[in-house]
Amino acid sequence: MNEMTKLTPKDFATDQEVRWCPGCGDYAVLKAVQRTMPELGVKPENTVFISGIGCSSRFPYYMETYGFHTIHGRAPTIATGVKLANPELDVWIITGDGDALSIGGNHTMHVLRRNLDCQILLFNNEIYGLTKGQYSPTSRVGTRSPSTPFGSVDRPANPCAFALGSAGRFVARAIDVSKQLPEVLKAAHAHRGAAFVEIFQNCIVYNDDVFASFTAKENAGNQLWLKAGEPMLFANGAKGITLDREALTLKVVDVADGDWEAAGVLVHDPKNKAVAHMLVDMPFGAFPMALGVIYDDPRPTFESAVVQQNAEASAGKAPDLQALVGKGQSWMVTKEPHAI
Amino acid sequence: MATATHLVTPEDAQTAAPLESVVVRFAGDSGDGMQLTGGQFTLSTALAGNDLATFPDFPAEIRAPQGTTFGVSAFQINFGSAAIETAGDAPDVLIAMNPAALKTNVGSLKPGGLVIADEGEFGARNLAKAGYESNPLEDGSLAKWQLIHFNISQLTLDAVKPFGLGNKEALRCKNMWTLGLALWMFDRERQPIEDWLTAKFAKAPELAEANIAALNAGHAYGETAEIGGQLHQQHLDPAPAEPGLYRTVTGAESLSLGLVAGAQLAGLPMFFGGYPITPASAILHHLSRLKEYGVTTFQAEDEIAAIGSAIGASFAGSLGVTSSSGPGIALKTEAMGLAIMTELPLVIVNSQRGGPSTGLPTKTEQSDLYQAVYGRNGDAPMPVIAARSPADAFDCAIEAVRIATQYMTPVMLLTDGYIANAAEPWKVPDMGGYEPFPVRFHDEAPAEGESVNPYARDEKRARVWIKPGTPSLMHRIGGIEKNVGTGHIDYAPENHQAMTEMRANKVLGVADSIAPQDVCLGEPGGKLVVVGWGSTYGPIHQAVRRARRRGLDVSHVHLRHIWPLPKNLGDLLRSYDQIIVPEMNTGQLKTLLRDQYLVDARPLNKISGQPFKIAEIEAAIEEALS
Repeated sequence: MNEMTKLTPKDFATDQEVRWCPGCGDYAVLKAVQRTMPELGVKPENTVFISGIGCSSRFPYYMETYGFHTIHGRAPTIATGVKLANPELDVWIITGDGDALSIGGNHTMHVLRRNLDCQILLFNNEIYGLTKGQYSPTSRVGTRSPSTPFGSVDRPANPCAFALGSAGRFVARAIDVSKQLPEVLKAAHAHRGAAFVEIFQNCIVYNDDVFASFTAKENAGNQLWLKAGEPMLFANGAKGITLDREALTLKVVDVADGDWEAAGVLVHDPKNKAVAHMLVDMPFGAFPMALGVIYDDPRPTFESAVVQQNAEASAGKAPDLQALVGKGQSWMVTKEPHAI
Repeated sequence: MATATHLVTPEDAQTAAPLESVVVRFAGDSGDGMQLTGGQFTLSTALAGNDLATFPDFPAEIRAPQGTTFGVSAFQINFGSAAIETAGDAPDVLIAMNPAALKTNVGSLKPGGLVIADEGEFGARNLAKAGYESNPLEDGSLAKWQLIHFNISQLTLDAVKPFGLGNKEALRCKNMWTLGLALWMFDRERQPIEDWLTAKFAKAPELAEANIAALNAGHAYGETAEIGGQLHQQHLDPAPAEPGLYRTVTGAESLSLGLVAGAQLAGLPMFFGGYPITPASAILHHLSRLKEYGVTTFQAEDEIAAIGSAIGASFAGSLGVTSSSGPGIALKTEAMGLAIMTELPLVIVNSQRGGPSTGLPTKTEQSDLYQAVYGRNGDAPMPVIAARSPADAFDCAIEAVRIATQYMTPVMLLTDGYIANAAEPWKVPDMGGYEPFPVRFHDEAPAEGESVNPYARDEKRARVWIKPGTPSLMHRIGGIEKNVGTGHIDYAPENHQAMTEMRANKVLGVADSIAPQDVCLGEPGGKLVVVGWGSTYGPIHQAVRRARRRGLDVSHVHLRHIWPLPKNLGDLLRSYDQIIVPEMNTGQLKTLLRDQYLVDARPLNKISGQPFKIAEIEAAIEEALS
């Protein structure tokens, strides 16, 4: 990129009219992604956005990169083929709570456990928007919707817990309108392997303010932004997270005069998977919402292993189609009928 | 079924003396190694220069309870000194390794045929398991056949005694003893089998030696035992064949090789996404070993992921291929629509089996023609081609790749459980004789002020294929209807009409690139034509040949291209007074032909999970012409 003019967010925007509802959180995410791309130093032609079906899945049409708007729940499968066919491509999967965790739950699990190098942005708005407001697999118990007029009765899935349980090696959370979103996206892009980012996204039409208890300005004290090597503080540093060593659970403690060490506040280590599990499972209310890069511990990627095995298996073998079709136990028929 | 290779002209067929051929069926418990025995007997038959066709018939259960009738595994081979095109209607020889194998197979043996049974397995327990009240080897119930029985189990134990194997391991050599006897019966060389055993048990030489000892003992038994006239040696002369290099090939093998060859002719790396399913898995297994040919294989988490990954790979510039069997194809249906809508090349192989649902997983059927031609939501046209035999699957796979890449479309390639598993001699093709059809990716940046149009088309209506990674050609595709001119989202009524017609006409245009339909036996026009597709080729061909030899006016037309149909097919069909369509389904091609040509195509259906017998088709021909 050095010799090239630095790209701007505009270079990553298409000429297509964006068709989300006015005030939709998707606009904020789109802007954040378009703002982040130039800072990643990537080429638009080497970038592919792949989506499933749902409001969020219109996303690729607005990115001036290669894009594939696929079918409901299946974006990870198409992404897997793209990346295996050309590992040089930078692959982003755009999905939603229904797309990734309901119809596509199986593929989400497998793309994570295989550790395909890609970024998975899951726009979680806890509702089916495009189909007009039914409850989703992340909706809280009691959600009233056209399909659950008396309130939903099934328990929601926790996307980040699902990702960790599926052996995901990068798990992060962010908020659509948050200033920190670009930093989280950059960290996800820097991680080699499947990087899972849950973005709390406000659906202004069908589920407005569902995350207000921690996203509203006056509730910002309920956000716990995690940073590697820094103490887990929130509420302007007045509170922190510590470990209840007897119960082996996390615990909220008060921090007096900024002396977090005295209060026993934990320092965030993104490689600590046990703590990551506890952070994503903290019941909101008694605890703050854990945000930022919760877990980041890379290991070799799926496509690199495939490329390596293909190379090793091919080493020293010259492809000879004529020899291949004649392989195995063969025999010659000469002009005269022969007998052995 | 090696019709492409054998020098039998229609004239020969009418004048030749009755075929000299023998049908042998090996039947035993699933654990008795009958498929292995059959496979090696096939090899020795091929090496002796006989033409042959085989029919492996095994249970769906991995290892059904020993000795039960539903655990019987059988392998039938028809071989001879003239062209062989089916696995044979009824066996001349049945080798039964236990009472259950006898019970389930003896009924199909020719009257007067020979039964060879292992009496060592005919104890009270096994007889009861097979549902015999008395021992059929002794009670005279097998009187209409010739019966030879001896204690193969004990003879095997005696033969392998020096190698110190446990009783169970020693008895495992029974199948080689039996194979040795069969090799003697038909005057075959043992050396290739010994070489194979030595290689197979390279890590356990004592097992190799024991098996070879069993093989030799079986052979020697045939040579020395004084059983009288029943067990005698037969010699069949080699079949006349076009000179050249031959090998045996199963449909799964030749189809895999054809896909590799097709990708090479197109100049593309191949990506194969698959999910294990009977009887399609063999293709995944074969391709997984061919990485040096630019093949990447991916065992996906399910059928949908298998096709999804193949579509993704095609989007990225590889040849995407996926394969399955009926139930798995059903799961892939939505993604096929995506490939049709986004106009990406893709080959979908369907190894058909008995359906619906789980149906008969290990049995053959050709009941997915509707699914292939019509079975998708929306107006979703897709070319469909069908292989007629194991050897034919090679050329059909190349043809599927050609159509997919030249027309930017998914193509369905139909084969079936019979073709996938059956083996036949194959004249090794000269790869230099195949015309390459290299793909040219679009890489020219649009002119100043113009935008990229991923739906720009060539004269065949194929859209441009642009690989991600190409500068200045970034574009978006997807399953939503696109504008016929720009490729942007467009729901307008007239645009959908235009795009639907575009997709349909593009696929119909494939017919411009295929050869006119030929008559494979007989002549254009006449009293009766038998029209087939897929693996019914062998029995139809033999039945028509026999009928013609008796002077009946009947011809055989066999379709490779199911959709679009060859342009001359309508006229060709109308040139006959009557049309019979034998199918292993309830009449699917028959419906298609009636719909397309308003002809009186009459069905001949068999839905038993077993291939047609020649006699069944012959009878239908006679009835039509009587």
